[in-house]
Amino acid sequence: MLQDKDRIFTNLYADGDWGLKGAMARGDWDGTKDILAKGRDWIIKEIQDSGLRGRGGAGFPTGMKWSFMPKKSDGRPHYLVVNADESEPGTCKDREILRHDPHKLIEGCLIAGFAMGANAAYIYVRGEFYNEASHLELAVQQAYDAKLLGDDACGSGWKFDVFVHRGAGAYICGEETALIESLEGKKGQPRLKPPFPAGVGLYGCPTTVNNVESIAVAPTIIRRGAAWFAGIGRPKNSGTKLFCISGHVNKPCTVEEAMSIPLKELLEKHCGGVRGGWDNLLAVIPGGSSVPALPKSICDTVLMDFDALREHRSGLGTAAVIVMDKSTDIVKAIARLSRFYMHESCGQCTPCREGTGWLYRVMQRMVKGQAELSEIDMLEEVTRQIEGHTICALGDAAAWPVQGLIRNFRPHLEQRIRDYKAAITAQAAE
Amino acid sequence: MPKVTIDGETIEVPAGITVLQACEIAGKEVPRFCYHERLSVAGNCRMCLVEMEKSPKPVASCAMPVAEGQVIKTDTPLVKKARNGVMEFLLINHPLDCPICDQGGECDLQDQAMSYGKDSSRYHENKRAVPDKEIGPLVKTTMTRCIHCTRCVRFSTEVAGNEELGAVFRGEHMEIDTYVEKALTSELSGNIVDLCPVGALTSKPYAFTARPWELRKTESIDVFDALGASIRVDARGGEVLRVLPRLNEETNEEWIGDKSRHAVDGLKRQRLDRPYLRKDGKLQPVSWAEALTAAAAKLKGTNASRIGAIAGDLVDAESVAALKDILAGLGVANLDCRQDGAKIDPANRASWLFNSTVQGIEDADAILLIGTNPRWESPVLNARIRKRYRAGGVKIAAIGPQLDLRYKYEYLGAGPTTLADVASGKNAFFETLKNAAKPMLIIGMGALARADGAAVLALAGELAAKAGIVKDGWNGFNVLNTAAGRVGALELGFVPGANGRDVAGIVEGASKGEIDVVYLLGADEIDTSKLGKAFVIYQGHHGDKGAHRADLVLPGAAYTEKNATYVNVEGRAQHARIAVFPPGEAKEDWKILRALSDALGAKLPYDTLSQLRARLAKASPVFAEIETAHPAAALGALGKAGNVDPAAFVSPIDNYYMTDPISRASATMAECTRVYVKGEAPRTGTHG
Repeated sequence: MLQDKDRIFTNLYADGDWGLKGAMARGDWDGTKDILAKGRDWIIKEIQDSGLRGRGGAGFPTGMKWSFMPKKSDGRPHYLVVNADESEPGTCKDREILRHDPHKLIEGCLIAGFAMGANAAYIYVRGEFYNEASHLELAVQQAYDAKLLGDDACGSGWKFDVFVHRGAGAYICGEETALIESLEGKKGQPRLKPPFPAGVGLYGCPTTVNNVESIAVAPTIIRRGAAWFAGIGRPKNSGTKLFCISGHVNKPCTVEEAMSIPLKELLEKHCGGVRGGWDNLLAVIPGGSSVPALPKSICDTVLMDFDALREHRSGLGTAAVIVMDKSTDIVKAIARLSRFYMHESCGQCTPCREGTGWLYRVMQRMVKGQAELSEIDMLEEVTRQIEGHTICALGDAAAWPVQGLIRNFRPHLEQRIRDYKAAITAQAAE
Repeated sequence: MPKVTIDGETIEVPAGITVLQACEIAGKEVPRFCYHERLSVAGNCRMCLVEMEKSPKPVASCAMPVAEGQVIKTDTPLVKKARNGVMEFLLINHPLDCPICDQGGECDLQDQAMSYGKDSSRYHENKRAVPDKEIGPLVKTTMTRCIHCTRCVRFSTEVAGNEELGAVFRGEHMEIDTYVEKALTSELSGNIVDLCPVGALTSKPYAFTARPWELRKTESIDVFDALGASIRVDARGGEVLRVLPRLNEETNEEWIGDKSRHAVDGLKRQRLDRPYLRKDGKLQPVSWAEALTAAAAKLKGTNASRIGAIAGDLVDAESVAALKDILAGLGVANLDCRQDGAKIDPANRASWLFNSTVQGIEDADAILLIGTNPRWESPVLNARIRKRYRAGGVKIAAIGPQLDLRYKYEYLGAGPTTLADVASGKNAFFETLKNAAKPMLIIGMGALARADGAAVLALAGELAAKAGIVKDGWNGFNVLNTAAGRVGALELGFVPGANGRDVAGIVEGASKGEIDVVYLLGADEIDTSKLGKAFVIYQGHHGDKGAHRADLVLPGAAYTEKNATYVNVEGRAQHARIAVFPPGEAKEDWKILRALSDALGAKLPYDTLSQLRARLAKASPVFAEIETAHPAAALGALGKAGNVDPAAFVSPIDNYYMTDPISRASATMAECTRVYVKGEAPRTGTHG
């Protein structure tokens, strides 16, 4: 269990002032000028050594991502874009950062932006996060007033501006290239890659898109050293992480914990355990709506990190843990997710546009059992036809929950179909 | 040049192309819907997936650039499965209405479903239905069939420059729409019908008319503007049903204007199908023999100085040559082909040709439009200017009408005064032209077809000389004609002989009684009410202004009904081919003239088309080398310096949709005029 001294987000529960004063009391903006003075390469090296992996879901090493930015500008400006379009069902970690610790993010923007040679950062905030965007804007203003941002950010001589942009509430705009399109004022649709944003991104300029949490943890990592961060959790899955636990636990919460904490420990220590006891557990979606659900047998022992969950054919995603006890209609739950993906598909490419609707409609029948047994395999095949064939990862995200359902809960589906058939046969006999 | 391995075969391909293009070079067919060579890459249909080594997922070959050492596989089970999957997705919401779909038989989805489709559906849910859109009189929509490839959106945005189409809504609710219902304001809108890989966008005038396999396809040349676009004429029986563009990089790429495509219904209306002779003040049907005898008698019985001949805008080179030979035999010097009175210098080829060639537009880095509205005078050529504009690094300016040309340009002024300022260096654009590597002037008939046209031409020539428009291997002095027959007639010298009268002189002479016989070869754009008491012989195919005034009508053939040569603005002679026979007793024009020469007792020395074409080839090298541009290399002396009238340049075309006898007879063009020129609402199904 993570010790209090190792926590990065010390105001996660709004115990203190979220503004600049409170943030400085908690150690933010301390010696930022000295950090910048150590140079771009040093900062990137530190982040690489810390083993920080992107907190937005894909888990790509953050330091490596920063290092993809051109070392020298070819005349085009560089941009840092922060993805605060947190829309993955079950996820509410960035929201807490924006609400209670916005200065961690703003300082992170400066450090990360400096490290990649950017003079401007755009923070794209989910449209629904009205109060959060307000907090953030106030915090940015405080930073400007204190000369922490602006023409001479923190007295470092580096010009740095932060712009807050509010989205309009489309899930797809959380995909990095769709976010860039949306930021440019276009319809939020993912771009083709290559070229990658580090080459051609916002307004055609080199751009790095990072998750809020990835950026917000950077200043603390640099202050406390890469070794400290790398020492928490298992190798390659190091550091602390915000976990958002929702669903059938006694005390749902967002909590900072060490990576690689056992799932069971996470639920029992912080959430008061599963409703009705551990044995009442049916399934857990460990990383936000787009990863496959795990049955209790796996939940008993699984560790919460990228690689462990991957071994069990699921994923850490955004570390949004959705707990379902035995009162849950798991088929209905996954069908609801399918509806979400149908609704949020951007419609650009064929497999996702057409496939998500197909999945949802079959899933709707599966909820009632109004299907043939052979359709379970067909459903699986349809998910395989979507997965890996789309422009962005939303196709995969739509496919995985259904695949997880079929892989781990197939008897539920079959039973329901048999029950439905039996019911209508009985009805016909009456 | 990178080396890539495609299905085990290693080939060298040009750098910068995509994997899909490399596959094509290797002779591997890759199915696609959204990809189009002339549009930006969208990569959204996912049909062109191929397997690439070291990539865990199949990649969209249309969007993947080639790289050294790539190993591509196009025929593996994984690829086949991926494409089958995409095809299944495309078909689940696509209506199975092929039997009533106009795209049937030439539908990409239908064709590719033969290779990648299943024979039965696994989709048992309800299909999606999408409301149709009303986007004008030319494009019919059946949006339920749309597969969201966005080719139409990209064409409108990129090539045509009318940013009116887009995708609204999300996911399976996505629709191609104009958002606020409106008719597409583009002279190139018909091309989105060609681009649509399914039956979502079909031709409205052609709806439910024919199946592609019923049509006889004839490769021909368009005559509705002077670009000479390559077209394919599709006919069934004796009727031309539609016109489609053909690929020709040098002229039209693969686009044609809406008039070229949709005015063909005019070929069935107002046709002259038998000879007529005015007797007792009324045109009476007569036999060919009587008509020709009457014509010969009039021509022979009149003093050569009292005969005039005018060639129209749609005339072919063969008939012009034949008429010229007849007139030469009679000693007539009053002949002209410049109906609009353009002060083109008949002695200087540079004054009537698009000397940089149309492809040359893509090399220009400064363009000055003078008295022209290319959007209406030649929409496809205008799209080429827009293509150049989109590529960047070009400065465009205009003197003349200030119009939305679909690209940004600097507006310098309205008339010759501004041109004089540029020529004298007073206007800063002079420096731009002077400093450009490949500067270009495009001079329209709006600048030349006016009383001071020769002086304007001289001014343009002065500007060209001072600004260095002609350099090593580059002649950027371009004159944009509006008539398909004009350049051919000029090449053949169908202009006033010694002391001969030009068009204005002939008309004036006729009204004053100094000209007794006027021979109109398809000439309808002159003021026929001023022809006085002259005996008017009209040879042509439509009952338009000329035939209305005529005393003798000789029914000829339209461009789809004869083997004929047309020379485009670049001096490129091209052959139109016979697609259907002329109606009734109408004949090919050169044959009428050949028969007339017989009746005159001065038989022309050619009996066959090939003999006549040999005569053309002798007259000008343009006709000897078919399909090759023959621009003028040097400028020479242009026009005649003199005082200019400060009045603004006005484009000769006030209605793109009606410029000639064929389009004036077309119901489709009448509807377009109503909607686009008069600005009335399109007619929908609830109208009458």
